[in-house]
Amino acid sequence: MGLLSLAIWTPIAFGLLLLFMGRDEQAGAVRWLALIGAMAGLLVTFPLMAGFVPGTADMQFVEKLRWIDTVQIFYHLGVDGISFWFVPLTAFITVIVVIASWESITSRVNQYMAAFLILSGVMIGVFCALDGMLFYVFFEGTLIPMYLIIGIWGGPRKIYAAFKFFLYTLLGSLLMLIAMLYLYNEAGGSFDIASWHALPLSAHAQTMLFFAFFAAFAVKVPMWPVHTWLPDVHVEAPTGGSAVLAAIMLKLGAYGFLRFSLPIAPDASREWAWLMITLSLIAVIYVGLVAMVQKDMKKLVAYSSVAHMGFVTLGFFIFNDLGMSGGIAQMIAHGFVSAAMFLSIGVLYDRVHSREIADYGGVVNTMPNFTAFALLFAMANCGLPGTAGFVGEWMVILAAVKANFWLGLAAASALIWGAAYSLWMFKRVYLGPVGNTNVRAMLDIGRREFFVLALLTAAILAMGLYPKPVTDVTDASVAKLLQHVAVSKLN
Amino acid sequence: MIDNISWLAIYPEIVLLVMACVIALVDLAIHSPRRTGTYVLTLLTLGVVALLEGMYASRGNTFYGFGNMIVSDAMGNWLKCFAAIALMVTLIYGRPYAGDRDMLRGGELFTLSMFSLLGIFIMIGGNNFLVLYLGLELLTLSSYALVALRRDDATATEAAMKYFVLGAMASGFLLYGMSMVYGATGSLDIGEVFKAVNAGQIRHQVLVFGLVFIVAGLAFKLGAVPFHMWVPDVYEGAPTVVTLLVAGAPKLAAFAIVMRLLVDALLPLAIDWQQMLAVLAIGSLLVGNLAAIAQTNLKRMLAYSTISQMGFVLLGLMSGVINGTVDAATAQAAYSASMFYVVTYVLTTLAAFGVIMLLARSGFESDTIADMAGLNQRSPLYAGILAICMFSMAGVPPLVGFYSKLAVLQALVASGETLHIALAVFAVVMSLIGAFYYLRVVKVMYFDAPVQTAVVSAPLDVRMVLTLNGALLFVLGILPGGLMALCSDAILRSLAS
Repeated sequence: MGLLSLAIWTPIAFGLLLLFMGRDEQAGAVRWLALIGAMAGLLVTFPLMAGFVPGTADMQFVEKLRWIDTVQIFYHLGVDGISFWFVPLTAFITVIVVIASWESITSRVNQYMAAFLILSGVMIGVFCALDGMLFYVFFEGTLIPMYLIIGIWGGPRKIYAAFKFFLYTLLGSLLMLIAMLYLYNEAGGSFDIASWHALPLSAHAQTMLFFAFFAAFAVKVPMWPVHTWLPDVHVEAPTGGSAVLAAIMLKLGAYGFLRFSLPIAPDASREWAWLMITLSLIAVIYVGLVAMVQKDMKKLVAYSSVAHMGFVTLGFFIFNDLGMSGGIAQMIAHGFVSAAMFLSIGVLYDRVHSREIADYGGVVNTMPNFTAFALLFAMANCGLPGTAGFVGEWMVILAAVKANFWLGLAAASALIWGAAYSLWMFKRVYLGPVGNTNVRAMLDIGRREFFVLALLTAAILAMGLYPKPVTDVTDASVAKLLQHVAVSKLN
Repeated sequence: MIDNISWLAIYPEIVLLVMACVIALVDLAIHSPRRTGTYVLTLLTLGVVALLEGMYASRGNTFYGFGNMIVSDAMGNWLKCFAAIALMVTLIYGRPYAGDRDMLRGGELFTLSMFSLLGIFIMIGGNNFLVLYLGLELLTLSSYALVALRRDDATATEAAMKYFVLGAMASGFLLYGMSMVYGATGSLDIGEVFKAVNAGQIRHQVLVFGLVFIVAGLAFKLGAVPFHMWVPDVYEGAPTVVTLLVAGAPKLAAFAIVMRLLVDALLPLAIDWQQMLAVLAIGSLLVGNLAAIAQTNLKRMLAYSTISQMGFVLLGLMSGVINGTVDAATAQAAYSASMFYVVTYVLTTLAAFGVIMLLARSGFESDTIADMAGLNQRSPLYAGILAICMFSMAGVPPLVGFYSKLAVLQALVASGETLHIALAVFAVVMSLIGAFYYLRVVKVMYFDAPVQTAVVSAPLDVRMVLTLNGALLFVLGILPGGLMALCSDAILRSLAS
């Protein structure tokens, strides 16, 4: 069994084991086992990080086994610079989520933890799959645990949110399935993604494929105007669900653009880049403004996620290496920052059971330690230099300015909106006099919460101050992808 | 002249027939209300029959018996093997349910279901229009009686009446169509009919006329729109154990008879029946999925879901021939996709109805969707099994239902015809609508608070088989390759002969 297989199946095995753990009387043991599972999943990624060779665009840690012979589907795994960092990121966020849900989840703990561990393995599978159908199975496999997480442990309108999440993403994915079957037949009976990259396709076919993949990935990212499921889902999902959704699951969509849309349909991608850039800018500017007027903290962060993911797709479709590397850096940074933002809201919610900004005020007076973390996260969310949020945004803006000054100007305006909604929310929640008796009664964070937030802080600062490991790893793969996209498939 | 091979071809059928008679007699001497003796004997017989068929199937030989009346091929043997296992599982799930409702008295449940299995076997193994028809009648007549088994129950009696009237009409259609084909070709033998039709000497109109009636009769049996009206009523009205008897194993026979009649006998007319199947499939997907949304009764919802699933099977069957030309590889992929679909469908249906029956108690059917409320809190295991069934039927990976849809869609897209690709897109959109009502069941089980708190208890045999059944759906989702290869190989051998 290879390292990637271990990274995928370790958390899933622990998750399945947890399902057979009994009732909530044993919650303590369940939590520890879940933590051990998540830690084991993270540990497995250490040799991956040590063994990954930067500076090459080749697939590494490749595993290939026959899986379903009659339709030529292979269990084919591997990572390159584009996908590599998401493997440890996913494992890391899983550990964070397990610790963060330690006390806040009290009913059906084993199912909750199992859902997150299984989800973790499945998402890692998405990033590692080199066989189209294997990718699809993992991609869709995320739906069931997430649906249950939202529906069982969610808020008052959880059922509406769970259905909306499931059906929206399923519709997109099913169109992608048809596209994959088409490619399979065009490639003479192969689901190998690399063979699809090399496939010559007519302009018409490329356009159809581009939009079929667009349906799947744009919904997942989510891009404006198919983003409406995200705020609903975030508001209703439990804290851990929101964190995983924002930190990892949205990346599946953006990653799909890099692995499928761009290399398989390069001509269509260039032809429709204007559309992608327009949608991304709308996400960055319009959705950023929408975020500003939200009264619900989770909704605010959800809209800010849409805006930040707009940067990612913007970076991809500018077609230069700075933009693309910036997009990937932004994906990883957003993974840390959005998880941190949602967990902070979770900390407040655990104490007051409200997400309304108006129900808070002056939290700094009762929770000074926590407020220090929250300030840093808010700063990272608006892209302060030295934090992770800065790296990707700055690279994308620079790339945009290179491509077109006005484009760059429009993109850069996001820094203003980001600062506006992040800091304004920070001011209303944390600063000023103590707002009400609920806030007066709040206790500062305990050791467990401190540990979680400190881990995320370390990650955010490390990436902000020294992003070289990330960019080093992505450089070669991005360069290769851009070369590939530059060549027309039409001749 | 009846030779050794002939006996070999129907060996398991003979065992089944003899044992059905023996069990009917033995039952007279048994007075225990739970009929343990009859039950064990029935299971043993079915086990032996399944084993015999499995052995035949793995040898993979094709031979004909009784002057070409009977064929024994890999496809047929596997289907028979699965049908026997399906009946076994049905009876295991159904015995406590039937016992609570006083349906075991007289042991008819066991003998009648064995006769219906014999009918299924004859349908699967028939190589002659009349033999196929005889098998069909044996199956349906036993089923009518089974649906009416609870004489004192008004809904069951009503369901039996509907089933009988519509079923008799369907048989009439089929027989009428067969007689037209006989009139045109001068033979009832499937091989001879194929030769005669292929030679092209016969007036096309006569054949197509017969074909229309045959397809209509088959559509009735499959429960495809617009011949689906009996399905929801029978599923809902019949006692759940009988619903499963009608919904499970007979689907395998329905698939086999479609293969024998349309593919083995009338393949040269494919360009005609393809269009008919396409229309039936579109109707089934549309009506099945839309009507299922409105249902509050779980059995009725599963009935409409069956209609839509049959739409997928029909799509697989119609994709085997492209523009009237038969390509061996395409045909093999298409028909094995359909076979895989039917087999996995039966497996999923067994588990779903198994859970419904498990939750039922005497005087309480537990067949509305609302009855499933909070099942996860009462029993995570059974809620998990039903959830797996629902997600599988909705076609979500990594459950086996996904691969059956994938195989059918692949067969459609592989043909490269615009119409077929459009049908694939349509099927996909319809299965998205389908996901909604499957999800609703999961929602009720996992998100709603339980209305009843009664502990879910089950006899050991039910619990073990049901757990195994649920686990199999999951394992086949991770490793579907084996069953796919089995279907593909069986179809290949059967087509080659």
